[in-house]
Amino acid sequence: MISFLQQNAFWIITIVKIALLLFIVLTVNAYLTWFERKVVAHIQSRWGPHRVGPHGLLQPAADGLKFLFKEDPTPAGVDQFVYYLAPFLALTLSLTALAVIPFGPDPLPFKILGEQVYLWIVKSDIGLLVLFAITALSVYGIALAGWASNSKYSLLGGLRSSAQMISYELALTMSVVGVLLMANTFSLQGIIEAQNNAKWGFGALGWNVIAWTKNGLLFPQVIGFICFFTSAIAETNRAPFDLPEAESELVAGFHTEYASFKFAMFFIAEYTAMITVSCLATILFFGGWLSPFPPTSFWTFTHYIPSITLIPFGLWVIYDGIRYETIFGKLILPAVGFAMFAIGAVLLAGVRIAPLHTVNEFIQPVFWFTAKILVFLFFYVWARGTLPRLRYDQLMNVGWKLLLPVSIANVILTAGIILWRSHS
Amino acid sequence: MAESLVSPALLTFFVLAGLAVLGAGSLVLQKHPIHSALSLIVVMVSLAGLYLLMGAEFVAMVQIIVYGGAIMVLFIFVIMLLNAGEEEHTDFSQLAKFAGLPLAFALTASLAALVFKPDAGVPAATQAFIPKATEQISSMLFKEFVYPFELTSFLILVAIMGALVLAQREKK
Repeated sequence: MISFLQQNAFWIITIVKIALLLFIVLTVNAYLTWFERKVVAHIQSRWGPHRVGPHGLLQPAADGLKFLFKEDPTPAGVDQFVYYLAPFLALTLSLTALAVIPFGPDPLPFKILGEQVYLWIVKSDIGLLVLFAITALSVYGIALAGWASNSKYSLLGGLRSSAQMISYELALTMSVVGVLLMANTFSLQGIIEAQNNAKWGFGALGWNVIAWTKNGLLFPQVIGFICFFTSAIAETNRAPFDLPEAESELVAGFHTEYASFKFAMFFIAEYTAMITVSCLATILFFGGWLSPFPPTSFWTFTHYIPSITLIPFGLWVIYDGIRYETIFGKLILPAVGFAMFAIGAVLLAGVRIAPLHTVNEFIQPVFWFTAKILVFLFFYVWARGTLPRLRYDQLMNVGWKLLLPVSIANVILTAGIILWRSHS
Repeated sequence: MAESLVSPALLTFFVLAGLAVLGAGSLVLQKHPIHSALSLIVVMVSLAGLYLLMGAEFVAMVQIIVYGGAIMVLFIFVIMLLNAGEEEHTDFSQLAKFAGLPLAFALTASLAALVFKPDAGVPAATQAFIPKATEQISSMLFKEFVYPFELTSFLILVAIMGALVLAQREKK
């Protein structure tokens, strides 16, 4: 038994990693809906979900149950095969994209079955191209759903989404070329490591949005980043570019005829795509897992930022839980707060204790990566809460006449400055 | 023993090749244009898998992005926009019967003859090309073949302008 496990260690570990990643991502997806509803609610001076569980924290679970048990009617006249294929296609493709994303540089501090375990499922030399290939295919989920539903609204939604996604894919791809010119590689790990080259070793300066490297100031990719993130929002069909499902015009767009879990599959696919785009924005423009601070010994104190953020937050959750109205909240919230406080305290106490010290060092890159992803997810929600939806001709104008030329100009400028730097 | 007969790579090859052939067959046999387009996507993606198997990562991904993604999306977009319905299969056309069938037979026969004559096979691509494939492809495109490459893009530009002229003609 043991020898079988050791012989196939690579496969077993990969399968376990896939299962674990799916579990984590689906949970994060569920709580992303909670986060979005809360943030949008507060933008609009409302409370948002607050009935199911303390602060509405069990709302995602209730929603999930509702999706599972709702009646699942198939409308008359649909194209059976394509109607069932579309949600599967959407969900599988968006989950596949996560396989190439690296969540941290170091292997786990201990070996499992004699293998080092890294925080990615696949390390590919063409990671970025794989992601673009998956993005290119993910149009089909939406377009086919719109076509197969045998409904005018769905068809219009599907048509809109296929036109929109082809248009913005160009700008998306062009805006990344500047980063590729600087990194000289398609590998996501390589792109992050190439940003570890800051002037005076000062972490954040080396990120591609600033691009102040040891060889001098290159062309900062601010324009590239803005183009990238705008077209990424359009690619993921999110507000203000959510024309495929514009509810004031098309009922619900491409998923009008989908109910129950088939609808949930589109929903999960959309939120997973949001996470992938946030990861990609972090990796390409904001240094991925790199800390914004220099690695010198003077700055070692920044290694305690994760524990120091956890302790006050845990204390606040305990304080909030004691005051909470319901008995359930009075029990659960202090427990959660205490758990956070305890983890933070253990990490802080681990300054002098060897194994805990290793753990603290190990979570540093993962902490920075997660923190940056959260910022971009907040951006997504913020944009949805504050920006009005574009009209269809405006959408096409922004894509073709603004983002595409600007991102091509960005490529030319970046290439010119890199050439000039390498000759002087 | 078993490993030498069926390696994982060979198995993957047969799965992908089978998918490609099945997709191509279904492309011809399906009655609805959307189903045919979907079959063509299966062919494109399994071809990309075959390229990947040969170590041509860059070409595989470009195959998916350009053919599997952009071009096929346009196909589907047009089919959806025209709301094309199911085709009615008619009888064999006379051209297909008297010219097509013998030609198809001749093609299959010549292919089979090539396959079963191992010494006349096409030499395999050298393996040394693989490690930095992307870099090599780009230096070939932008150094050795830069004029044909730019001429091709010029040709595409001309095609786009032609389409624009045709589309704008009615408005005058």
